[in-house]
Amino acid sequence: MQQNNDLTNGPAAAAFLAAGIGSLALGLFVILAEAMTSVKNALNFYNPVGPLSGKTTVAIVIWILSWIILHSSWKNKQVSFAGVFTASLILIFLGLLGTFPPFFTLFGG
Amino acid sequence: MVISDKELWTVIHGMLLGALFFLAFSGIWVTLFSLHPERMAGIEQRVSRLKAAIWATVGILWLTIITGTYIVYPWYRAKPPEGADLTQFPRSYLLASPDRAGWHTFGMEWKEHVAWLAPILITAVAYVISRYGVTLVKEEKIRKAVILVFTIAFIAALAAVVFGAFLNKAAPIK
Repeated sequence: MQQNNDLTNGPAAAAFLAAGIGSLALGLFVILAEAMTSVKNALNFYNPVGPLSGKTTVAIVIWILSWIILHSSWKNKQVSFAGVFTASLILIFLGLLGTFPPFFTLFGG
Repeated sequence: MVISDKELWTVIHGMLLGALFFLAFSGIWVTLFSLHPERMAGIEQRVSRLKAAIWATVGILWLTIITGTYIVYPWYRAKPPEGADLTQFPRSYLLASPDRAGWHTFGMEWKEHVAWLAPILITAVAYVISRYGVTLVKEEKIRKAVILVFTIAFIAALAAVVFGAFLNKAAPIK
């Protein structure tokens, strides 16, 4: 029980907020690919998989980068966990919404 | 007893890895709820098993999503040549009939995207469990956050698995 007693809540907040940012990024790229053919084509990183390859790769990169940045900033800090986690849940919800076909097809060109 | 490579990969992706995920999920969920200040007996062992189980689940989920996207999905979305038997090309087969098209335009379109949220969320959960360990027992806000994000990840994965199963009935990859 000793080894973790001095932990701050910053690392947990950073992990959840970064997951929210990654989720939002995925939802956003799904919508952008639906709305703009140029984005859809640009996200076609690997032809057999199509634009899904780019949407997911870019979202993963954004997720990891945001986690690295947030973790570096908060690793020894006590943050307002409730506020950060609420923001994370909102971002995750927006990400889920962005991947939901009846929603993202509203942006279809 | 003949099975094609495509069918085998579909089984590995959907049934083997999918079933492992659901098994792991139920165990992890119960263990997370058992992390309570009034239940300290055997806490070190429970947390140790939890860490092993959550990282195994992370591995299972990433393997599931990568095999699904980069091995199975290209077979699903392959474009048929002129005059081809569409039953060999699931996406085109589904879109060829208004009665079946919804399986692609809603089912597959949702599955292929929402599934990617699950490993992102579960990886965050695994990190927090590893980082905080037994401290989670007294860190109520973080423990509840872990349970909530883990449950959202499960729902995302469940949507993908359920539609995967139905799609494999409506238009199997052969």
